[in-house]
Amino acid sequence: MTDLLSERQQLSYIAAQAADARLNVELETEGMTLNIGPQHPATHGTLRIIVRLDGEQVVWAEPSCGYMHRGYEKLTEVRTYPQVTTLVNRIDWLGSFANEVPFILAAEKLMEVEAPPRAQHIRTILFELSRIANVVLFLGDLGVQLGAVTPVFMAFRDREHVLNLIESVTGGRFHPNFDRIGGLKDDLPKGFIDECHAVMKKIRTFCDENEDLLIGGEIFQARTRDVGVIPREVALQYGLSGANLRASGVDWDLRRDQVLPLAYDKVDWKVWTHPDGDSFARCWVRLQETRESTKIVDQLLDTLPSGSIMAKVPRIIKVPEGEAWVSTENPLGEMGYYIVSRGDLGPFRVKIRSASFNNISIAPWVLRGVYVPDIITILASLYFILGDIDR
Amino acid sequence: MGSTVSDATTETEPAALPGDGLREGIVDELRRRIGESLVDVHLVPNDDLWVRIATDSWRAAGEAVEAMGFHYFCFLSAIDWMPSPYGRSEDDPTQPPPERDTVVRPGVTGGETRFQVFARVTDTRRHVALTLKVDVPDDVMAIESWFTVYAGANWHERETHEMFGISFVGHPDLRNMYLPTEFEGHPLRKDFPLLARMIKPWPGIVDVEPMPVEDALPQDEVVGAQAPADLTPEQSDAGLGAAPAEDRAVEEALTRSVEEAPDHTPPPAGDDARVDSGDQQDLLEGRPDPSSPAPAPPEPGPPSATSAADETARVEPDDELVVGEDDIVDETEVRVAEGNAVTEDEATATGRPADDQPGEGAPT
Repeated sequence: MTDLLSERQQLSYIAAQAADARLNVELETEGMTLNIGPQHPATHGTLRIIVRLDGEQVVWAEPSCGYMHRGYEKLTEVRTYPQVTTLVNRIDWLGSFANEVPFILAAEKLMEVEAPPRAQHIRTILFELSRIANVVLFLGDLGVQLGAVTPVFMAFRDREHVLNLIESVTGGRFHPNFDRIGGLKDDLPKGFIDECHAVMKKIRTFCDENEDLLIGGEIFQARTRDVGVIPREVALQYGLSGANLRASGVDWDLRRDQVLPLAYDKVDWKVWTHPDGDSFARCWVRLQETRESTKIVDQLLDTLPSGSIMAKVPRIIKVPEGEAWVSTENPLGEMGYYIVSRGDLGPFRVKIRSASFNNISIAPWVLRGVYVPDIITILASLYFILGDIDR
Repeated sequence: MGSTVSDATTETEPAALPGDGLREGIVDELRRRIGESLVDVHLVPNDDLWVRIATDSWRAAGEAVEAMGFHYFCFLSAIDWMPSPYGRSEDDPTQPPPERDTVVRPGVTGGETRFQVFARVTDTRRHVALTLKVDVPDDVMAIESWFTVYAGANWHERETHEMFGISFVGHPDLRNMYLPTEFEGHPLRKDFPLLARMIKPWPGIVDVEPMPVEDALPQDEVVGAQAPADLTPEQSDAGLGAAPAEDRAVEEALTRSVEEAPDHTPPPAGDDARVDSGDQQDLLEGRPDPSSPAPAPPEPGPPSATSAADETARVEPDDELVVGEDDIVDETEVRVAEGNAVTEDEATATGRPADDQPGEGAPT
C-alpha cells in the first residue's frame, strides 16, 4: 500500500513508524497525547480526536464519536413513514432536504409510486439548493480553519440567499420537511424562478471570488497540496464517497450513475474529478461542483414542466412488504436508506448509511505521520458533519 | 469563470448504466468462485441484487466480491428479524401489554436465524451493487470479520457489535463507538425497549388517526375564528375586523390612566382582571380616550370580538335561506356568509348604527 503514497507522505509514514517503535520501547523521546475537541472550532461540532504525538508528528490518531448519537435507526421503528422525514432532516443539518429524498424514494420504490414530473423537477432543484447551501459554507469555513477569516463572511452572506429561497418554498430554513411520499407538500411560490436565477448568479460570483481569494491563493495551496493524500484504492476500501472519492480520481457520481426518478438526466452537466487525492483536490472538486449545481438549477428552472406535484397515494400510507435500498449523491457523499417493510404503517428496520461515517473512518489511516497543523487541514478537507456521523 | 486553477482532469463521457444480464452474470461468477456457499439469490431485473452466503464462508465471500471488482465498501449492519414484543411502543404504559406475535420471519433470500448481518458493496466501474446477507448463529452470535477485506468495515462492525451484540472474529478492536463502555444491552435488538415510550405514551399517535369529519365540528368553534380571514376589505373595515382595534383602545386607555394615577400598582396581566377592577373602571370612565379610532359601541357591552362570537354561536336554521340564494359552494364561504348574515340581523335587532354593520359584502 505504501507505494501508492506520495513521496512526502511516504517519508512521514516511515518517520511515524520509527517514532512508534521508539515509543514502544520507551527510548529517547517522550510521546504526548493530545485531545482535539470535543469543543474545538475545527471539529464542526463535537467530534473528539485523540492524537498521540511524537514531537510535531502524529503517531496514532483516533476519532471518538458518539457525542451526538440520537438513535435514529431505533426511532424510525416506532414512527410512521411520513413522520420519519422529520427525523432524517436532522442528520446532515446543512443540507436537510437532501436527507429526505433517498428515504422518500425508497418508500416510493416499495409502494411502486412515482412522483409526477413537476415534483421530480422541484425535488431536484431543492436537492441542489441544499447542496449549494451546504458546500458554500464548507468553502467559507475552510478559510477559517486555515487562518483566513474573510471567506467565511462571504459564505454566510451568500448562503443566506439560498436559505431564503428554501424558506420561500418550504417554510423552513434548516429543516424543510417538505418531501412527501408521492410528491411534494406544495408547489413553488410566485416569483421563485426569477429570484432563483438571480441567486444562482450570486453563487457563481461567490465561487469566482473564493477561487481568487482562497483556493487559487499561494498560501492555501502550500497548506493543502500533498497533505493527506488518499489513493483511490484506499478511498474505495474505506467507502469514501462524494467529492472525497472524486478527488481521488474515481469518476463516480450517483446523480449520473444510477436510474432514479430525479431530473438529473434532463440537464447538461458534468462530473468533476481530480487525480491527486490530496486536501487541495477535495476542496477544488467541491468548488467546481458548486458551480455545476448552479448550472443544474438554472437549466431545471427553465425546463420546469407543468402539472401536478402529487401522485395519487392513499391518505394513510402503508408500505407493502419488501426490502429496498436507495442512495443519492448528497452534499457530503453517498447517503442511503435500507428499508425493511412488513406492510405496516412504519418501517420494520431502517439502516441509515450516512456519508460522513465512512468519510471520517479513514482519519486514523490518513492522519498517521502528518504534522499537527495538517490535522486541521485534513479534517477540514474531508468535510464531515457530526449529525451525519453519529445519526 | 476566472479559473486560476487548471490542473485537473475530467473524464467527460458518462459510463453506461447497467443493463440486462449484468446481474445474472455476477451471480454466475460468484457461484463459480464460492460454490455451494451461495445459499440463495434474489434478483430484481435492472434494479437490485441480494445474495445469501453460508455462515462459515462470510469472509471468503467478501474476498470473492472484492476480487470481482466490487472495491467500494458501502456499509455493513445487521437486522433482528424478531418482531418487537413492544409493538411500535404505542401501548398505554398503565395497562398490561398485549400479547404479540414474535415469530422470526426473514426477508428476501430467506434465513434460518434471528439475526442476519448484511453488507453492501459497489462496483464503481460497472455501476452495479449487491447486498450480501449472512445468518448469525443463535448460539454463538459471531461471524468472521471483513476487516481484512475491506478496511472500512472496521467502524461498521464496531457499530454492529455495539447495537446488536454480534461479535466479529478477527476484528482487532470491538470497542463501543457511541455508548459508554459500561452500558448494558444492545439497543437495536427488537427486545430492547425504547425507554422513553415506556414512561410516557407517544403523542404522535394522533397523527395516524383518521381526521374528524368537518361537519362534526361544533359550529361556534369554526365561525368566530375563521370569519376575519375571508372577509373583503370593506367587511373587515366595517365589522368583525374592528374588534382588535377597540380592544387595543380600551387597553391603552387603561394603561395610561393607571400610569398617571400616583398610588396605583401596575395592573395584573389578564384582560379580565383589568376590566373587573372597580378602580380602573372609574378611571376609565372619567377619562375617555380621545384618540380611539373605533366608534363608540352603542350598547355598553363587552368588546365586539366576544359579542361576534356569541352572536355567531346562536345560528338559527332560518339563516340558511340566505346562503341558498347566493349559490355559494365552498364550505368556508358558507360559514362566513352565515356569520355575516347573523351579525347583520342581530345588529339590526339591537339597533346598531348602519356604518358598523358588515352589510356591504354580505349577500343581499
